[in-house]
Amino acid sequence: MSARLAPREYHAFEAEGLRFLYLVPSAAVFCADDAASAVLDRLEDVGPDTVEGLESGLSDTLPPAEVRAAVVDLYEVRAIGPEDAGPEPMPVEAPPDGIPLKTMVLNVTSKCNLGCTYCYEYGDDKLVEAGTMPRFMDEETARQSVDFMLAEAGVGERCHLTFFGGETLLNFKLLQSTLAYARERAEAEGKRVDFSLTTNGTLLKPDVIEWLAENEVGVTVSIDGPREVQDELRVFNNGKGSYDEVVPRVRELLQRHTSRPVGARVTLTKQNLDVIGAFRHLTEDIGFWEVGFAPVTTAEGRDYAIEGEALDRMLEQFEELAWEWLEYAVQGRHHGFSNVSESIEEIHKGFSKSHPCGAGVGMLGVSTDGNLGLCHRFAGSEEHRFGSVTDGVDREKQVQFLEEHHVAYKPDCHTCWARPLCAGGCYHEAHTRYGTTKAPNLHYCEWIRSWTDICLRVYGALAVRNPGFLNHFEH
Amino acid sequence: MRRIKAVNQKAARVERYVEGERRSAAAASEGEHPDGTGAASAEDELDVVGLESSGPDGPQIPFGCTLIFSPGWETDSGGGTAGLCQPVERDLFDCHLGCFWPAQVPDQLNNAGDWTSKCAAAQKDWRKLDLVFP
Repeated sequence: MSARLAPREYHAFEAEGLRFLYLVPSAAVFCADDAASAVLDRLEDVGPDTVEGLESGLSDTLPPAEVRAAVVDLYEVRAIGPEDAGPEPMPVEAPPDGIPLKTMVLNVTSKCNLGCTYCYEYGDDKLVEAGTMPRFMDEETARQSVDFMLAEAGVGERCHLTFFGGETLLNFKLLQSTLAYARERAEAEGKRVDFSLTTNGTLLKPDVIEWLAENEVGVTVSIDGPREVQDELRVFNNGKGSYDEVVPRVRELLQRHTSRPVGARVTLTKQNLDVIGAFRHLTEDIGFWEVGFAPVTTAEGRDYAIEGEALDRMLEQFEELAWEWLEYAVQGRHHGFSNVSESIEEIHKGFSKSHPCGAGVGMLGVSTDGNLGLCHRFAGSEEHRFGSVTDGVDREKQVQFLEEHHVAYKPDCHTCWARPLCAGGCYHEAHTRYGTTKAPNLHYCEWIRSWTDICLRVYGALAVRNPGFLNHFEH
Repeated sequence: MRRIKAVNQKAARVERYVEGERRSAAAASEGEHPDGTGAASAEDELDVVGLESSGPDGPQIPFGCTLIFSPGWETDSGGGTAGLCQPVERDLFDCHLGCFWPAQVPDQLNNAGDWTSKCAAAQKDWRKLDLVFP
């Protein structure tokens, strides 16, 4: 190793007074000792150097043998390398044939009893014109969808069926018959299907709640927070707020439905940026097991879009909740901020993604007429059609899509250290913002990097203070 | 690795890979590779699972009898002497499960799936093991 050495691609962060490295693209997290830190500091501050140069340069504080050992370790995990090594080539592997379908999202209706201003399905940024789709999925299409899912799920696999809308519970009758049919068919084939649904909570009547609990259906309620927040944008078509309709029903649901954790999903907008207030209200006052937050998907310039310093305010609050999550985890307790637990899990496993999500890989959306879409958000869009439940997946289109959307073809991502976890961000967000699914979510880059850094620091601290907690994420 | 410590699962995999490379390199430089063809690649080592204690790409610690000379009566399957091939009632299980040398026991896969169901601890319950008539 007489060549000059230089840092390769990593993101360094500190936690509990220790220095950690997040290596890119492997997504490995290592903790560096004093000698390794000194080597990295010197290469970063002084510039490329040889091993001998490093040994003599650090001789005041470290014996040469320690410097050499640190260089060898760092070199072998590719944290450092020859000065002229260049970036790691990005492998573009063709997606495997016959990818099993793990999750199918069934849009059982395209109708909704609310008229939320920011809705991606009906709002200003909608993909599918109203009236082009059947308003309700019929029995036959639902059954064909189940047959399709089981056929595509692979041998002996477990798969997941999510009911979605519109407002999912407007087609409650279909949910009942489809779930029963899927159970029966899965049992006959020796497979297992998990069920979940997303609802706005307005139609959670006692018989619905009873059915959800009895059938162990996972429930996510779209709800934005306290009354003044919820009633601002989550309104009925006549403009009336939905809080008073939703919350008493949700309380009943939480009381009766204990077989699966019930989560809340909050859409953040410029008008609704009190993340911590919403979190407290939904977990402490109402009793949700977990709460996930997502900024509204919108084209630039809408009056509810979160832009500029509003993004900073969102980040500050995410960070506050993330550190609170850490303190809970250190004590071995559950904290319901699901954004951070999902990130920590991916960091712990060392995910290095070729694609930002499972859309088109192991997840597909089904529109009310039985056409397959990239995901539930694209279901019904002719441009993003991937076949149908009767004709099967259009493999050619699927493979072409996955090839074209590989992170290797997003040059903006190539110099970003957060790409193993982000891989360019949501296709739907990209389509809404830039008119193409191929664009990375450039408007969120800074935000994603800052958030990933926070999660890495929380992860590092947890790995030091209560490594046993990470066993929760082993499987 | 002494100067950096693996923290997440991916780092542990990277570390195992690097350790494997180092062993291969060491074996190559000393000409010690058993098949005389030089060092094994990391991929080759992944195949050696029968000897491993910590997963397919961990350090190679021999467990149980030797592969070449049979049988290794000197130590038990844990490397000590407490579980040598005595007493006979314990051997019954050791020789058909933990050892390459197959003891003749009923076919638990097809015909006698519950042959051992009454025998929780062989040394105590071996009398409960019954004959099996196909």
